[in-house]
Amino acid sequence: MSWLPIADIAAKVQAGDLHAVDLVEQALQAIADKASYQAIIATTAGRARERAAAIDARIKNGEKVGRLAGVPFIAKDNFLVFGAETTAASNILKGFNAPYQSTAIERLEAEGAICVAKANLDAFAHGSSTENSDFMTTKNPHDDTRVPGGSSGGSAAAVALDLVPFALGTDTGGSIRLPASFTGTVGYKPTYGLVSRSGVVAMASSTDVIGPLTKTVEDAAVVLDVMAGTDPLDSTTIERDKASYTDLQTDLTGKKIGVITEYMAEGLQDGVRKQIEQAIDTLRAAGADVTEVSLPSLPLALAVYYIICPAEVSSNLSRYDGQRYGFSDENVQNLEESFSKTRAKGFGSEAKRRIMIGTYVLSSGYYYAYYRKAQTVRTKLINEMNEAFQNVDYLLGPTAPMTAFKIGENAHDPLQMYLTDIMTVAVSLVGNPAISIPAGESDGLPVGLQLMAPAHADRALLSVAKATEAIL
Amino acid sequence: MAELTREDVLKLARLARLDLSDEEIETFRKEISEVLQYVAQLDNVDVSGLKPTTQVTGLTNVMREDEVIDYGIRPADLMRLAPKTQDGQIKVKRMIG
Repeated sequence: MSWLPIADIAAKVQAGDLHAVDLVEQALQAIADKASYQAIIATTAGRARERAAAIDARIKNGEKVGRLAGVPFIAKDNFLVFGAETTAASNILKGFNAPYQSTAIERLEAEGAICVAKANLDAFAHGSSTENSDFMTTKNPHDDTRVPGGSSGGSAAAVALDLVPFALGTDTGGSIRLPASFTGTVGYKPTYGLVSRSGVVAMASSTDVIGPLTKTVEDAAVVLDVMAGTDPLDSTTIERDKASYTDLQTDLTGKKIGVITEYMAEGLQDGVRKQIEQAIDTLRAAGADVTEVSLPSLPLALAVYYIICPAEVSSNLSRYDGQRYGFSDENVQNLEESFSKTRAKGFGSEAKRRIMIGTYVLSSGYYYAYYRKAQTVRTKLINEMNEAFQNVDYLLGPTAPMTAFKIGENAHDPLQMYLTDIMTVAVSLVGNPAISIPAGESDGLPVGLQLMAPAHADRALLSVAKATEAIL
Repeated sequence: MAELTREDVLKLARLARLDLSDEEIETFRKEISEVLQYVAQLDNVDVSGLKPTTQVTGLTNVMREDEVIDYGIRPADLMRLAPKTQDGQIKVKRMIG
């Protein structure tokens, strides 16, 4: 059973036409019915039922309960939810019960939304398929022999399967947009800093962002609007728009959209190219001013990302040492051994690979050749994208060069797996907002269209995405 | 510097506090070498006149008052997460000898 738009659900709950307890049961039932897709690591049923009952009681008492009243949602399992196990799909965090709560969850719950489950991911969000989860691989709702994309694959599958109206993901190099593309959902990556990351397991701090996965752009805007804004617990947060992110202007006439030449070049699956070219024609017919824009340094973005990301990963994952929380190997002689054996047993192979690469590029003698060089090429990318936005309002391309691949197809070739991120990483490095919306199918598998905008232009990006969604 | 040696990988593993198996060492030696070959495409990129980017918010020195804020989390809530405790402190293995 599919869900109403988020704003409608909340309005009906507030009016007493729907009850939060029933919505939570509907979500929990759907989770149980679709368990074979392995999208969910664990439910938070007890907590969810209590919160739903409290919301219904307050409504009965004539109280106002917030703009997301009774709306069930699922959080990727790298969000700390008070009292719930938070594993980041890793063995090293198994059994870790969050002693506090992420700001994003806090803000959603303050408006009456109810977290019903934690979704699967590539462990620590390292991956593009959920195959790097230390627990299980999530299956694509459109074809259960294929991956849902990653790393927020459980969240994307949850929305595609109608388990809940929305799910939360994190996007460091494409981890919201890629699974959205593979599962036919909407995935939104806000401007860097717009949503607080307090209480979210850190991956690569200079590009990590939080965002929603939904069925529609409008729902994404509602969720973003509740989460956005500065937070004293995250000093990297930026000022939000004073206007609501749901206040969207959807006229495409004269909107300048630049199709990125480098993303339409070789290496694109035929079916993906066809769908994107069709979308471009549709946008032109609707009055948009579509031109081609070249950003010659874009093909370098993946190399930049796969230096900067592991470097920051190696630093962020150094905190998992088995002493203060999480898994600890007891069969050791001294502290040094406790660190190295705990980490060797607790981390999966992708986490280890990234820690090793990161340690290498940051180590004395290689720091300038790799890390510093990557940071400087990052500046070149930023300058190039900013220059492009002097001439166009939005940039457009596919979200990924391919549709969902088979489970196991790329599992033994890390570099091939990294290449799935080739069209999502650049805008992550630049820090600008981007969205993936469904653009039809190729051989029965969803294709994602990616739109990007200048930093802080989140409302404009959601506007053009909503307008595009309406005509595709 | 593209092809790593076994000694290089052992050194990295020690720096990263990872007690890797022999099999992992050989696997990572190959895979990390491949990744380094891939990222070598940056070697010849002209970046003259450009400064490295460390963060993209444009924010500088976000300050706050140095005060205690009660978020309702008790030390005991955090201590409960530790694998081993004694007398209200985290117990670790001996560091020397």
